[in-house]
Amino acid sequence: MPKRDDLKHILVIGSGPIQIGQACEFDYSGTQACRVLREEGLRVTLVNSNPATIMTDPEFADATYVEPITTEVIEQIIAKEKPDAILATLGGQTALNAAVGLHDAGILDKYGVELIGADMDAIQRGEDRQQFKQVVLDVGGEVPRSAVCHTMDEVRDTVKDLGLPVVIRPSFTMGGLGSGMAHTWEDVDRIAGNGLAESPTTEVLIEESVLGWKEYELELMRDRNDNVVVVCSIENVDPMGVHTGDSVTVAPSMTLTDREYQHMRDVGIAILREVGVDTGGCNIQFAIDPATGRMIVIEMNPRVSRSSALASKATGFPIAKIAAKLAIGYTLDEIPNDITKATPAAFEPTLDYVVVKVPRFTFEKFPGADPTLTTTMKSVGEAMSLGRTFQQALQKALRSTETKAAGFWTRPDPAGATLENTLEALRTAHDGTLYTAERALRFGATVAQVHDACKIDPWFLDQVAQLIELRDEIEAAAVADAALLRRAKRAGFSDAQLAALRPELAGEDGVRRLRHRLGMRPVYKTVDTCAAEFEAHTPYHYSTYEEETEVAPSNRPKVMILGSGPNRIGQGIEFDYSCVHAVQALREVGYETIMVNCNPETVSTDYDTADRLYFEPLTFEDVTEVFHAEHESGRAAGGPGVIGVVVQLGGQTPLGLAERLQDAGLPIVGTSPKAIDNAEDRGVFGRLLGELGLVAPDGGTATSYEEAREVAERIGYPVLVRPSYVLGGRGMEIVYDEDTLAGYISRATEASPEHPVLIDRFLDDAIEIDVDCLCDGEDFYLGGIMEHIEEAGVHSGDSSCALPPITLGARVIEQIRDYTAKLAFGIGVRGLMNVQYALKDEQLYVLEANPRASRTVPFVSKATAVPLAKAAARIALGAKIGELRAEGMLLPEGDGSDAGPEVPISVKEVLLPFKRFRTVEGSGIDAVLGPEMKSTGEVMGIDSSFGLAFAKATLAVYGKLPTSGNVFVSVADRDKRAIVFPVRRLVDLGFTVYATEGTGLVLKRHGIDFTPVARHSSGEAVDAVSLIASGEVDLVITTPSASPGPRTDGWEIRSAAVVADVSCVTTIQGAAAATQAIESASRGEIRVASLQELHKRLRGAERAAAV
Amino acid sequence: MSSRAPAILVLEDGRVFRGEAFGSVGETFGEAVFSTGMTGYQETLTDPSYYGQVVAQTAPQIGNTGWNDEDDESRRIWVAGYVVRDASRVSSNWRAKRGLEDELASQGVVGICEVDTRALTRHLRDKGAMRVGISSRTTDAEELLAKVRNTPQMAGANHVGAVTASEPYTYEAKGVQKYTVAAIDLGIKRNTPRRLAERGITTTVFPAYADVDAVLADAPDAVFLSNGPGDPATADHQVELTRELLRRRVPVFGICFGNQILGRALGLETYKLKFGHRGINQPVLDRHTNKIEITAHNHGFALKAPEVSEGQSGEFFETEFGRVQVSHVCLNDDVVEGLTCLDAPAYSVQYHPEAAGGPHDADYLFDRLVELIESTKGAKADA
Repeated sequence: MPKRDDLKHILVIGSGPIQIGQACEFDYSGTQACRVLREEGLRVTLVNSNPATIMTDPEFADATYVEPITTEVIEQIIAKEKPDAILATLGGQTALNAAVGLHDAGILDKYGVELIGADMDAIQRGEDRQQFKQVVLDVGGEVPRSAVCHTMDEVRDTVKDLGLPVVIRPSFTMGGLGSGMAHTWEDVDRIAGNGLAESPTTEVLIEESVLGWKEYELELMRDRNDNVVVVCSIENVDPMGVHTGDSVTVAPSMTLTDREYQHMRDVGIAILREVGVDTGGCNIQFAIDPATGRMIVIEMNPRVSRSSALASKATGFPIAKIAAKLAIGYTLDEIPNDITKATPAAFEPTLDYVVVKVPRFTFEKFPGADPTLTTTMKSVGEAMSLGRTFQQALQKALRSTETKAAGFWTRPDPAGATLENTLEALRTAHDGTLYTAERALRFGATVAQVHDACKIDPWFLDQVAQLIELRDEIEAAAVADAALLRRAKRAGFSDAQLAALRPELAGEDGVRRLRHRLGMRPVYKTVDTCAAEFEAHTPYHYSTYEEETEVAPSNRPKVMILGSGPNRIGQGIEFDYSCVHAVQALREVGYETIMVNCNPETVSTDYDTADRLYFEPLTFEDVTEVFHAEHESGRAAGGPGVIGVVVQLGGQTPLGLAERLQDAGLPIVGTSPKAIDNAEDRGVFGRLLGELGLVAPDGGTATSYEEAREVAERIGYPVLVRPSYVLGGRGMEIVYDEDTLAGYISRATEASPEHPVLIDRFLDDAIEIDVDCLCDGEDFYLGGIMEHIEEAGVHSGDSSCALPPITLGARVIEQIRDYTAKLAFGIGVRGLMNVQYALKDEQLYVLEANPRASRTVPFVSKATAVPLAKAAARIALGAKIGELRAEGMLLPEGDGSDAGPEVPISVKEVLLPFKRFRTVEGSGIDAVLGPEMKSTGEVMGIDSSFGLAFAKATLAVYGKLPTSGNVFVSVADRDKRAIVFPVRRLVDLGFTVYATEGTGLVLKRHGIDFTPVARHSSGEAVDAVSLIASGEVDLVITTPSASPGPRTDGWEIRSAAVVADVSCVTTIQGAAAATQAIESASRGEIRVASLQELHKRLRGAERAAAV
Repeated sequence: MSSRAPAILVLEDGRVFRGEAFGSVGETFGEAVFSTGMTGYQETLTDPSYYGQVVAQTAPQIGNTGWNDEDDESRRIWVAGYVVRDASRVSSNWRAKRGLEDELASQGVVGICEVDTRALTRHLRDKGAMRVGISSRTTDAEELLAKVRNTPQMAGANHVGAVTASEPYTYEAKGVQKYTVAAIDLGIKRNTPRRLAERGITTTVFPAYADVDAVLADAPDAVFLSNGPGDPATADHQVELTRELLRRRVPVFGICFGNQILGRALGLETYKLKFGHRGINQPVLDRHTNKIEITAHNHGFALKAPEVSEGQSGEFFETEFGRVQVSHVCLNDDVVEGLTCLDAPAYSVQYHPEAAGGPHDADYLFDRLVELIESTKGAKADA
């Protein structure tokens, strides 16, 4: 069936800011969808509030709305654009929920817009637990057995029937209150007894537990001719009970016979048909009882999911792209397989390699959060690896995650680890369960013992045991000969791991030299969807140690771009955006681009993005081997080989390798690693500032409390303290007094002469400013100046900001431009640089300068219509700013420092993940902002005034902005004066004020009435925390007092707001901005505009001025 | 792992792969083919169609689920040799009774592991299926190559006699018996009578060289032509049998080798594919419904598409038994995957509707047999 000819214009809904559980995989799928739809000649309108996405680049849609994904806003877009249909199955849960919202509000009917992909009934059948359960039963599948009970006798009979353990859920209690897992009869009596008492209908649901069962997923596709294919099976190494996003997963499934697999396939296909997803992808999860093979259906996603992205990368079958084609009417047999070109997409990929995905956690960012892995996803990113065997893929994946341990045996065992406590630790799923399982096996536990403790399938445990046996052999061998070395490499051992096991080999470098002397280098195989049955035309490669390499010779000049690895807080999609831009810009001018990355969620690892894709860990060894393979094959073909390696765009990961790569002879282009280092070296950078006549806050270093106290006394409190050996704000604190300083130093046990603590004067109440710029060595271009809304001291990645700056005068802006240019030339920048300033008492302080792509590059690029990362990549390869101005990539004249009054305001706001985490006791965690970055994603709001732009940004993050109701206010003493004006505005807008005594008194004296609320520590029955928990408060304004930390009143208030999901503002500047936003929103002035309109205004105006 | 003996694999064009002994230690020869299924190695190994072939498994992790007592597709392992990348030393599955390697060794099957199976597959894809030898007795490639070149070719090979049942046997219908089918065992898999039994069919399985009187002695409602190994050009006896069945208007359903026999009976020729179709992910278009099914394949030969005019192959063609439709085609390479006689009660497919291993998408073809039996009976009653 060919394409439908009644569809001319599609509205694609994106997934908004990056959050835990919904990361850049939806940029990957959305980008593919937009590209496909436009190739098919359809008009594409896109809404997505996340500026750091490739899909929101103006060239991917006809009209791109960087606007909040809310019902009201999308209605405006529909009214303006009049699309024929909406595609909401490629933007994650956010887009699907938006579609449901539009349907419920009657907007789809009102404008006659069709939902394509999955219709409303299918979405509901797939998403509603009760309806879905019925679907499964209707097609002959199984769901967990359960029964509703009204008495303890019924409960006991049911439990006898189901067998322990069971899950007990009281009916109709708030938020699942009283639910629990009963492992013993005592548990049953206690939980069910309480549950019956608490349930208003005196009933509890007793459900069979599938905890510890094997967990699988299938990715399926269906077309409108009812053809269905299974794209991929995924097996979770972690058993049921750990969210699949937090599990180590493997593709294809490893421990299913054909009978079991085909049964799963049959049930999966039947469910897909019964749910009625018309076209596109879906994901179904299954659990299998390892003892009996009984299979249960857990849930489905009637849309493209995180696992779909993983499956696409794992198989080479581009699910989102195909889903978009199916949505507009094509059938699977009409769509060619990109990789073979000769065969159609109507087939099931078969793999001749093993794929392992490992999640990446950042628990260290959230002190107090319970690190136990549960059914709530907590990881912030993932790394994927391909190998010819599970062992190889696993070891590559472990070193791809860039945790402290780079694979087994690269870190000492934890102090005091014994077989007993290691086995005990395995009983609770945690970050690094496989490391713990390895330790248990190495300490002498049997596979059966370890399986008993953690329920990981014995096959996987035996694979780990085999690695340990090989490790022992390597350690015990008289000499590490070629045969042994080769076996180790085939099993995925890195040079660094081998060096740790054989100290006489003189470290990783020694192992590498030995290996090269023996001629032992990896070969590169191809991901081709068909296990080599047909020829592949897409150079998507992974390394292994075997006989034959498949790197095609090419004589074109090649450039390698190193990606950013797994997403982490502080290193996310923004860096992938810059890498993709570099690829695009360099491809366009004729370079053969080579992408190296290991993050399956990203656009950069789409085989369509670069000319060649290497799905490899970003380690020194893996990168240098890719370079060698590409360089040598290029030279052998008579070309120049690899002429440049770009490391400045992928964030800290590639930067950390830069110097070693350069020393190993790789041609690092752009700003030199030495210059990057100099900017980070406190001493060298301080001297440079002196030479340039620029000022930094006073500071010093200390290796003991005494020294720290002296430095702090000299420069005056408050001070900003941090360890010298970390980046990204890790371990940074603002200290207001001597006692807190003593506490900090005692906690920073690693302070030593090699690792001093850095102490800087903290500029209280200063305005923080971020600048992105370009420099080619001769010429300088200022990209944009961002004024932070929160004061200095909040990590720049967590601070909202405005571009152009909203309060800075012309003189300051001129000074910023002048300072930044001096720094760029002084440091020797050849590409991008980000500088952070603080402005206090008319003095501009340089906080730091980072000569590389920053997190703000996509935001600035979208706000100013200038692709900074593309320009940086070109400059790195020798282009001049003048040239890029002439080409039209940069403005022909002027730059980001001269924004006129007609330029709209862009606001960046961040999304914080506090809601995801709970303490071990189950309460919320602190939601305060500080010098350590905690946000996972960002949004952009664009409008003519700051208030409107900020309102949009707030809407984009929270989905709501209270315009009336109750506001609770409790601020620190230093903020009491500044809070009066915003609260008065809120009262004028109709808010009722609740306040704690101190804050209330100040308000009262300014004529503002308030209802007093007791502090939490007062012991009163109704206090601030219970008021917030009751849901009666619509907005919380609370700023932290001098001593942040658990169990203070402020901590309790903020965590209560997190739990109750109430908007919570924690800075005084934030309160002022929120007030402006509420004011704008309540006037109903929010209007939508596309990025294309905006850019036409910006660039059109510039061009007009230039003429 | 390190305790395994070295082993070599030598192709007739001289390419050598080195690995380690897997299964029985010894020497073996056959036709080198690759199979791309990611599940179902037990079914593959016990599929009689692989007789005389050395099978390379493209999926790298083999043996993970061990060996159970239910999934054998016939009475023994038939492959001439087995080539894998990584052989599992443990079995992890609730039904597993023993390890794959134990089973290979006890049945005397010589294998090789730690081989770059992807390189081998690419070689066979480019150069075509060819003769091969595996040895864990010698590591002298020249010596083995000489032996390989002395072994017979697959083209022209008649292997049916080696795999077929020696005596007829019966597989009872499940529940009430509605129909009876006589199956010609050219290398039949157990799942075929099982799928028929599900539909109330009792199957009597006949040796490959049974004559038409024996086959029709109990007046079966239909005759089934099974899959099997070797070159279909040698199956003259079965072709003649089929022509007789067509003349007598006995309903016929053929699969795989049986498809080639029906095709030959209708006047088509067979040819050897370069490297064959062996896997469980092959897309086939059913021209009756225009729907795509994902199917299990195992064939090295195929029917030559009928020419309707000079160099033009067509969907419909005339035979002495009336008009015939090429009812199924492979979407990957347009190979003929099924025939339906429009004027005679006969149809066939080149692939495996019984699956095992593989997807169940083509299971409907057994329902078509029931429909064919019913309509033929109806026609006879009307007449």
